[in-house]
Amino acid sequence: MANIHPAGVFDTTYEEDMSIDRTARDKLWKNLAFLALLLAPLVSVSGPLGLGWVSDQYIGLIARIAIFVIAVQGLNILVGYTGQISLGHAAFMAIGAYGSAILARELGFSFWTALPASALLTGLIGLLFGLPSLRVKGFYLAMATLAAQFIIPWALRYPMEDLTGGTRPLNVPAPMIGPFASYADDKLSNDEPLVFEAGDPYFVDVISVSLESVAGGSPVIEVVNPAGDAVPYGDVSMTVYRDAADKVTGLSYIASKAGAYQVSIRAEDGGAFEATVQRSKALSFATSIAMYYIIVPLAVLLMFLARNIIRTRTGRAFISVRDNDLAAELLGINVFTYKLRAFFLSAVYAGIAGCLLAYERNSLSLDAFQLDTSIEMLAMLIIGGAGFPLGAMFGVTFIRLLQEAMIPTLRPWLSDWLPQLLPFVDAVNITSAINPILFGGTLIIFLVLEPRGIAHRWEVFKVAWKLRPYSY
Amino acid sequence: MPVKLHVNKISLSFGGIKALSEVEFQVNAGEIFAVIGPNGAGKTSLINSINGFYTPQEGSIIFEGGDISHMPPYKRAALGISRTFQNIALYTNATVLDNLMAARHIHMKTGMMSGALFWGAAQREEIAHRRRVEEIIEFLEMEHIRKSIVGTLSYGLRKRVELGRALALEPTLLLLDEPMAGMNVEEKEDMARFILDIHELQGTTIMLIEHDIGLVMDISHRIAVIDFGVKIGEGAPDEISRDEAVITAYLGEEEV
Repeated sequence: MANIHPAGVFDTTYEEDMSIDRTARDKLWKNLAFLALLLAPLVSVSGPLGLGWVSDQYIGLIARIAIFVIAVQGLNILVGYTGQISLGHAAFMAIGAYGSAILARELGFSFWTALPASALLTGLIGLLFGLPSLRVKGFYLAMATLAAQFIIPWALRYPMEDLTGGTRPLNVPAPMIGPFASYADDKLSNDEPLVFEAGDPYFVDVISVSLESVAGGSPVIEVVNPAGDAVPYGDVSMTVYRDAADKVTGLSYIASKAGAYQVSIRAEDGGAFEATVQRSKALSFATSIAMYYIIVPLAVLLMFLARNIIRTRTGRAFISVRDNDLAAELLGINVFTYKLRAFFLSAVYAGIAGCLLAYERNSLSLDAFQLDTSIEMLAMLIIGGAGFPLGAMFGVTFIRLLQEAMIPTLRPWLSDWLPQLLPFVDAVNITSAINPILFGGTLIIFLVLEPRGIAHRWEVFKVAWKLRPYSY
Repeated sequence: MPVKLHVNKISLSFGGIKALSEVEFQVNAGEIFAVIGPNGAGKTSLINSINGFYTPQEGSIIFEGGDISHMPPYKRAALGISRTFQNIALYTNATVLDNLMAARHIHMKTGMMSGALFWGAAQREEIAHRRRVEEIIEFLEMEHIRKSIVGTLSYGLRKRVELGRALALEPTLLLLDEPMAGMNVEEKEDMARFILDIHELQGTTIMLIEHDIGLVMDISHRIAVIDFGVKIGEGAPDEISRDEAVITAYLGEEEV
């Protein structure tokens, strides 16, 4: 049904028949939508053009939607296409988030290497938790994946507390390209602190201090930020280098705030030190506008790759497993390895989403990866349309708009009106229950009226549009 | 004629129920071999044993000279054993095209990575196999439904799609489990014509289970009769129709 073309358009080759956007108009619409997405931050309030056509709130919202579109598309591959239920998707996101943050903090990975590394790690752990799918199906498999949802956050919180900070939030450094060649070389000594101006949030100043000689005495290098506070050695934007005797030999620091910085050197137990300070520029993604340009194109790319996987050999094997695993096995598909592939792929998508979430927020907490997030993602998938290529996009966008735009609008009116309707319930309870009521209500309405989700509605609409003004 | 399939004294039981006991027969390459028998005789269990869904406790299954008794089903499919099911087992939410393309799985190479890019070799392979699938669609006269979701098709068409899916695997041994069950005379004739055409054009060895005795007599070269899990007769159609044991099994004993 989805393959209906406008009158006069005929496929003459298999390439044409297989293409996603058959007509020039389809392509144009898609490219325009992508272009609009790319231009949105430029014309936002805090964008570099200073036009203020789009509120900053929406730029952040689109980025968060894009992150969850990646995660829910992973879930779509597993649940929608392969028919394996997973209740542990948020836990896999946690692995991607904490994995990439720890790689960056402890092992000095940059964002660009931490992203694929943590995605792969998440994929492998997803594979492990997919193993029960060999023996159990449906409800029982849901229980088995629920184990992942409890084991993984627990493991991150307690046994790995040294790395993850346990219940405390974990700071994540901003992604960066560079630093490029240094533009200033200064000398630093005990008597003369170095003062310099930084300012651009996109092209930040990176300073690297290296001591000339460390023999005798313990040097302390101090960076004071524009607010007048000394930056602690554990800060995410600072890397401290030490020698074998644990003495500081140098550090590098990313100055991303606007204003004057001061770098000074002193000795805790006497002694004089000389150091060289190199300053260079780097492209930083600390701002939400810059992060947007990592997140949104990556989400579009991952949606594209998922769509291609689904319409080729691997995807057809997934669908075969979903629709009839017995027939699939008897017709040459190794059902078990394809289930595992689906778990792997789904976890890789979750890992990427988790990593992006960590770097977008600059701070991580386990509260974001609990069971309610897993269930919310399943709800998004069902509302959007499980087993449709665009299901994840529709579901996440709809739920996020509902939560962040519609409910805040309705809230004052409802908290005014509902207590009058229900005088026997405490008004405070009603107000705090409005969000879950609206969320749950929407889910129920969808399950009853359109169980196949928004994506199915969209396909019906597209066919009707292409056939207009006739209905057949 | 070389032996295609040798079912060597297989016995299959589920707990205390003996579904098959010491069933033995040979299917020669290039023949249409039918298995008949009353309901519950063990015919479907036999087919399930041949393509690996059940593993018989005793005996062995020799395919083209090699023992496949302990091979997993998907590997048997890769050897060229394909089948249809008594109660249609299609991929209901996919299109006819996707159902047939899914059966090309063992002939294709595209992995997850190259498939994700859908570029170069992956796209060429997709088109090459699409061509092959289109030949099958044309052969089975289902051009009009190639993009329909299987779940929306009528029973007769679904049976035909299932035959198409089995053919897309390019089998050398085709197992048909009641291909004409629940069809009217016209549909049965169509199906019989397709089976004969497959046999004639591609030289596929066909083993079928069917209840319509008249039809079986017409199209098959040899017939085996099973009753209560035991083979009670085997031979050419005219021999079978005269066989005392077979007549007893089907019609009951003559009153003296």
